[in-house]
Amino acid sequence: MISLAGRDILHSWGKFVLTGVGLGLLIGVTLTMAGVYRGMVDDARMLLNNSRADLWVVQQDTQGPYAEASGIRDDVVRSILGMPGVARAANVTYLTMQVRSDATDVRAMVVGFDTGQPGLPGEPGYLVAGRHITRSHYEAVADVKTGFALGQRIRIRRHDYTVVGLTQRMVSSGGDPMVFIPLKDAQEAQFLKDNDAILNDRARTAANPGLNRPGVPGLLEAIQASQASNHNVNAVLVQLKPGFDAEAVAEPIRRWKHLEAFTRVQMEEILVAKLIATSARQIGMFVVILAIVSAAIVAFIIYTMTLGKIREIAVLKLIGTRNRTIAGMILQQALGLGLIGFIVGKVAATFWAPVFPKYVLLESGDAVRGLAAVMVICALASTLAIRIALKVDPAAAIGG
Amino acid sequence: MLRRWGLGLLGVLLVAALVFVAMRSGPLAPTRVTVQQAESAAVSPALFGIGTVEARRAYMIGPTTAGRVLRVLVDVGAPVKAGQLLAEMDPVDIDERVAALDASIARAGSAAAAVQAQRQDALARKELAAINARRYRDLAAQHFISTGALEAKLQEQTSADAGVSGADANLAAARQDMRRLNAERAGLRQQRDNVRLLAPADGVVISRDAEPGSTVVAGQAVLRLVEPATLWVKVRFDQGRSAGLAAGLRADIRLRSTPALPLAGQVARVEVVSDSVTEERVAQVSFDTLPGSLSLGELAEVTVSLPSTAPGLVVSNASIKRQGDKTGVWLADGSGLRFAPLRLGQTGLDGSVQVLDGLQAGDPVVVYSAKELTAGSRIQLVDAVAGQKP
Repeated sequence: MISLAGRDILHSWGKFVLTGVGLGLLIGVTLTMAGVYRGMVDDARMLLNNSRADLWVVQQDTQGPYAEASGIRDDVVRSILGMPGVARAANVTYLTMQVRSDATDVRAMVVGFDTGQPGLPGEPGYLVAGRHITRSHYEAVADVKTGFALGQRIRIRRHDYTVVGLTQRMVSSGGDPMVFIPLKDAQEAQFLKDNDAILNDRARTAANPGLNRPGVPGLLEAIQASQASNHNVNAVLVQLKPGFDAEAVAEPIRRWKHLEAFTRVQMEEILVAKLIATSARQIGMFVVILAIVSAAIVAFIIYTMTLGKIREIAVLKLIGTRNRTIAGMILQQALGLGLIGFIVGKVAATFWAPVFPKYVLLESGDAVRGLAAVMVICALASTLAIRIALKVDPAAAIGG
Repeated sequence: MLRRWGLGLLGVLLVAALVFVAMRSGPLAPTRVTVQQAESAAVSPALFGIGTVEARRAYMIGPTTAGRVLRVLVDVGAPVKAGQLLAEMDPVDIDERVAALDASIARAGSAAAAVQAQRQDALARKELAAINARRYRDLAAQHFISTGALEAKLQEQTSADAGVSGADANLAAARQDMRRLNAERAGLRQQRDNVRLLAPADGVVISRDAEPGSTVVAGQAVLRLVEPATLWVKVRFDQGRSAGLAAGLRADIRLRSTPALPLAGQVARVEVVSDSVTEERVAQVSFDTLPGSLSLGELAEVTVSLPSTAPGLVVSNASIKRQGDKTGVWLADGSGLRFAPLRLGQTGLDGSVQVLDGLQAGDPVVVYSAKELTAGSRIQLVDAVAGQKP
């Protein structure tokens, strides 16, 4: 009977609404924690999507460029281009480092991609401002999460780069925003240290009598020049021709090229199952604890509200109201409280999710499951209060 | 009553808020895109590369045989003239060998004089033998002497003749020996000149690699010279973005030490051999007027301008996308998103790309989007995508 629960709510609506809001914030926190986990998984998926590759070719016996360090020669891409089923292949380097601009320091993943031709994998797929890189050196495209603006000069290792384009949602699996620079600059950044270190290396080479032979002019210079160049990349990204199976193209690469090749499915498994497994378990435990706390709080609130109405319930029983009706009233109040709490929680979570430093993804599937869980918890929590209400002695209504 | 209406309103607001967040964020929300009309403009393509300042002509001054440096007369930065003595190697025993050869030549002269005297002697004997032979012939004709005596005198005459020939030959030998010794002396003179290192051309000394007393091998440089008027920039261009590179194109050079100062130049030579390891083409860009203080090895950023294209439809390179193996743009007309494959032409350094085929003027081209677009994406046109939270 709606009117009984409704009338009770109308009578003490302030307490009800405030309780609902409080419960709602708690539910909002639970939804946000689930959103943090989903955000981490989405970060990993975004990383794979944004590289726009079907295959990742990395050093043999390593788990890919994201989960583990991998180094291969930069001319391996030429032999991979010749394999059947390969439409496009490009070198790519990844380095997580601090990118400096004026006085601030931003932790970013610096991606070196091949700027030789447009449309190769590794290039950012879409921009939100500016343009793509057109020069072969000293230009960069940055994610908006870095806080850089178009035209800003940023410093990566030894050189200054101009930000010419901005992207969105280009992040590493750890949530660090990406900065895209030309491959040759990235190879130099990964390898070439500061001037003092370079001078030290030169002095060490000159002190080695096997390399610094007086009778062979030009030898020392040639060796020092070879030490100052880097021909390594972290991975080769491959796009397949339509109609070719990823595993069928990856198998010959593994077998004959002495490299490791991961398909999209395998990379997802590495990133989601292995890289974020610990964080996932951490968050999972937290969500469980929050759910238990929410259940306890709902139970406590309903119990207190029922205790506050003991006298009225006794009167109802005295005038002959059936147990079922009273139980129904308490149940409806609990469900109503849960519904208000859920709505407040969902709205609050949606509004505060973008403020979080890492991406929080609130899925509607999670919301629906959350609603169902809240309803079930409220129903179960109300059983305690219902039992109390049913045990009330009608005689207590007249002070007996 | 009022309370009921108030609470009802609150409930409605709550439900409305829920619907709002469901539609505006998360997977149901439309993707924000910006759209630009395809316009006609000219594209000024240009090639960009990084180069180092180098000298067209560089000389390594050093000995042709291993030796010790005796003295070095110039230091780094000194201007030198062609033929100027720059350094000298230790001649070791060349001077002594020249003296020895001089003595040999003198001895050969004396030997020649001796042979000359012998020849005089032989000539005198020949005369006497000839006179005797004539007298004895006369006597033999009058039967005053025996035939044997005549034959003896004839044989003396023959011997005397042979003596003269021998003396002539010895004289010739002595003269040839003198010539040989003179030639050897001239050769040693050349070697003596070889240890003097002369400047092959006008220039400036850029490095002094060996000090007096140090040993250098053949091929090692004692000094290095360049001609400062021939400094140019050796520029490397990505092979994939070097279409149209040719000699004679105008170039804009910015040195690392003065990045705000543009210097004019032109492409002097495009190298025939490219770098296959770094996948770069190499070109030499000369300065129109050499700047005052230029150092070898300084980095420079060079932009070579190619001739502008004729005005035609251009799009920003941010709107170029790939679908499968087709390149094109997304068009956001009234009925949603449509992928239009294009044929593209030249690209400018400012990001504008020439469209040869596949687009009409005024077509609404999607430039920026908050997410990757697919054919079924719901879109929402905004003015700017960046700066707004998702």
